[in-house]
This record gives sequence, C-alpha cells and structure tokens, in this order.
Amino acid sequence: MAMTIHVDIVSAEAAIYSGVATMVFAPAAGGGLGILPRHTPLISKLVPGEVRVRTPEGEEEYFYVSGGVVEVQPHVVTVLADTALRAKDIDEAKAIEARERAMQLLKDRKENVDYARVHAELLEAVAQLRTLQNVREKLKGRV
Amino acid sequence: MAGGKEIRDKIKSIKSTRKITKAMQMVAASKMRRFQDRMVAARPYAERMRRVIGHLAHAHPEYRHPYLVTRPEAKNVGFVVITSDRGLCGGLNGNLLRALTAKMRERDREGVGVRFCSIGSKGSVFLRRVGAKIVSNITHLGDTPHIVDLIGVVKVMLDAYKAGEIDRLYLVYNRFVNTMTQSPTIEQILPLPPEAGLGASKGHWDYLYEPDAKEVLDELLVRFVESLVYQGVVENMASEMASRMVAMKAASDNAATIIDELQLAYNKARQAAVTQELSEIVAGAAAV
Repeated sequence: MAMTIHVDIVSAEAAIYSGVATMVFAPAAGGGLGILPRHTPLISKLVPGEVRVRTPEGEEEYFYVSGGVVEVQPHVVTVLADTALRAKDIDEAKAIEARERAMQLLKDRKENVDYARVHAELLEAVAQLRTLQNVREKLKGRV
Repeated sequence: MAGGKEIRDKIKSIKSTRKITKAMQMVAASKMRRFQDRMVAARPYAERMRRVIGHLAHAHPEYRHPYLVTRPEAKNVGFVVITSDRGLCGGLNGNLLRALTAKMRERDREGVGVRFCSIGSKGSVFLRRVGAKIVSNITHLGDTPHIVDLIGVVKVMLDAYKAGEIDRLYLVYNRFVNTMTQSPTIEQILPLPPEAGLGASKGHWDYLYEPDAKEVLDELLVRFVESLVYQGVVENMASEMASRMVAMKAASDNAATIIDELQLAYNKARQAAVTQELSEIVAGAAAV
C-alpha cells in the first residue's frame, strides 16, 4: 500500500476537508508546493490558488483557497484557509471603514428614530396594560 | 351587553399577537439550530490553529510575539462588545451590558482608559448613550456572519494594541451554554492567556519557514484573534435565537392565559346580560 499523509483543510467558518492523501499540492507563497508523506516540517503562507489532494484511490480533489497558512508535519498536513482575500491594503481599508462607521455612529444624532420607536412601543404597552386593568376592574365589579 | 364587544375585540387582538409570537418562536428555534451548527463548524479551525501556534512557540521559545506577552500595567483597555441587532430576545443584551457596565465602573475607579469596538446595533446604541469611546463599529451582520466583515473592526483593535494604545483586549459576548442558559461572558483575548493552549507542546523539531518565522506567526495570531471574535459572534447569535425562542414561548403562554381570562370575563358578561334581560322581561310581564 502506498504511503499516505493525513490532510485537514479548515477555514474559520467550516471544516472543508479531512482525509488521507498520497500527495498534496498547495500554492505556497514561494511557489507551488508538492507534499509527499514524510515531508520535512514546514510552515508557509499560501497565496490564492488551489489545493489539490490526491487520494489513495488515485482521484484528485480540488479546493480553492484565497490564502492562508499551511503547516506540514511528516504525517499531517494542515491547511488553514482564509475565506477572503487578504492583503495589507485591503485589511487597512476595512479597518478605516470600521472606524468611520464608529465616527458616523457618534455623530449621527438622527438615530433618535430608535428612541422614537421604543417610546411608541412603550406607550402601546402601557395602553394595553390599562385596557387590561379596566377589563379586570369591570370583572370585579360584576362578580 | 356591557363590555361584551370590547372584550371580544381584545381577545381577537391578543390572539393575533399570539400568532406572531408563536411564529417568531418557531423561526428562532430553526435559526438557533443553524447557528449551533456554525458554532461547531468553526471549532476545528481554532483548534488546529492553536496547535500550530503551540508548535511554533515551542520551536521558537526565544521569540515572544507581542500578542503573547503580558504588559505589567494595564493603563488602557479595549473591549470588543458583541450584541444582537434586534430586540425581543429577553434579557440577553440587558444582562450582557449590565455585566459590561460593572466592568467599566471598575476600570473607571482604577483610572484605566477604555475604548470599544462594537459589533451589533444594540451595543452601539447603548455605548453611544453612555458616551463611551467607540473606535470601530459594525452592525447588521445578517443571518450568515462572515469573517470578512470582522477583519476591519478587529484590526482597529489589534493596531491599537500593537501601538501600545491599549494593553488588554477583552471580548464581551453571550456564551451559549444550552437552550435555556446563555451566560454573559467577558474574556481576555489579548495578550492571549496561557490557558489558550499556546504554550509549548512535547516533541522537538523545527520548521522550514516561508517566508520567515515572525511573519508567519504574526499572520497566524491575527487570524487566531479574528477566529476568536468570529466564534464569539456566532455564539452570541445562537444565544440570541435561544433567548428569543424562550422569550417568545413565554409570551405565547402568557397570551394564552390572558385569552382564557378574557374568555371567562366575556362569558360572564354575556350571561349577566342574558339574565338581566330575562328578569326585565319577567318583571315587565308581572307588571302587566
């Protein structure tokens, strides 16, 4: 029987693949990487591309990753896949967006709509309670 | 027939309210199951990552990443506050924000500066009202939160930590214990506490690095923190749904009780009217 290596492909949102393989290909930052069983321990960043897993049955499975990290140990390959494109400037842009949303939140006094709605809801609840009380009183008077 | 019509109208209105609460209960129940699945699905990533980081830390004991080093003094701290976007979920957000307020007061007394990253609109509204310093904000993640949406808000905090503007970072969310129990939780995520299992593991080897150890570790730790926050978001959503389900169940039950009461009142009122009418007729007949 051919030598095999265990492969786990996980992303933050789901476990994508887990099984054995005779060979794994990964798009490492330094170029394509072919991993056979008993590979020397290695850890590498991944670039967007596809991870190929060759199963002992000779079939190949393909998984697209948009980046991440691969850890290789002699008998285990772990692919920590990103679910989104990551780059310094993209991340930076997202951080700026988040900051701006916070500023907007602090500036925006118009969001009193929320208070208005809560107020309206409260009034309604009070009215309902009052009706209920009236009904109860009537009931008492009758009994 | 005094009050008969009013009571009937009231019954009708409560019945339609009950329909709504029942529907919400059912929707919340099915969504809760979905979020529980997502919670489970997100776990392997954090576990694997923890292991890899542990290996790395073991292979490089001399390099201490800032995320792993505890600064002796906490002059400023950051909170990532995860709340729901919508209400009608019982005391979920209230309990969480109360726990947070207690923590804030404590920090205030110690003279520690606090800043916030808010995820979810209930928290945003609350923090704004109390005049807290919100540095990043995101709301309306929807039913399928993605880690992409969290990168920005988390990065703001990570940058602040790196720049020394905050010395601790906490995650505030509702932990999903089970359907009946959700506990408000405040957890330290930076520096990563040693019990996160990031310490050295047994066995010794070293890696080949591409491009180099520090860069890889840096990337890994950023993703690890993000995955912790993501886990918090998903868990909070599961909690929200569970809490809503229970609240709506209680509401439906209460509605049923009120309807019963009103029905009794209505029957009595009707009976009284009938009796009165009868006695009037009898009295009339007797007078003739």
